[in-house]
Amino acid sequence: MLHIVNKSPLEKTSLDSCLATAQPGAAVLLIEDGVYAATRGNAAEAKMRDAMGQLKVYVLKPDMEARGMADRVMDGVTLVDYGGFVDLVTEHPNCQSWM
Amino acid sequence: MDEAGQIKKFMYVNRKAPYGTIYALESLEVVLIAAAFDQDVSLVFMDDGVYQLKKGHQTKGIEVKNFQPTYRALDDYDVNKLYVEQEALAARGLTEDDMCVPVQVMPRAEIGRLMAEQDVVLSF
Repeated sequence: MLHIVNKSPLEKTSLDSCLATAQPGAAVLLIEDGVYAATRGNAAEAKMRDAMGQLKVYVLKPDMEARGMADRVMDGVTLVDYGGFVDLVTEHPNCQSWM
Repeated sequence: MDEAGQIKKFMYVNRKAPYGTIYALESLEVVLIAAAFDQDVSLVFMDDGVYQLKKGHQTKGIEVKNFQPTYRALDDYDVNKLYVEQEALAARGLTEDDMCVPVQVMPRAEIGRLMAEQDVVLSF
């Protein structure tokens, strides 16, 4: 299953809800303000590291670049472009958007 | 703005990350319009609002206007009191060096004191 998070981890509880619900082996795609969760030094970094033991994390690169954060992406996450976003949606049987 | 010609203290409080919502851009537009009225203006960036000033926005990929250069124009309008919340920077792995314009970094409590002194507070 694919989980999509588009809210900042320090403003909304979307990321927490997602990580608490996602099952091992699931994919998480961070887009829009959700990308901040995958930046080094963010208060959410530790919970992201924990989650990455069981989840595959993807980040929409254009959203990271727009926010000037492309130089501090956490190791272990996979950057994707819009084509990669579409691929993720088609590769997974279903998806949940944590808006 | 004031019939008596008195100068009022205006504070713009920016708490949202850029691009995810329209708040950051709207705030900037209002600040520029209001700058024509020669008031005592200060801008606060707190919580996710500090991300508005993170250097290096590259918005070509999302096909949205990059409004970051506009922050550098604020000084031309005599808007030069930019206060950034120290705790917000720390929680996001950012430092003063990451800011795209000169700012004054201060603790949240200090921002609270300044906020309480204002005649008008505009929230974004």
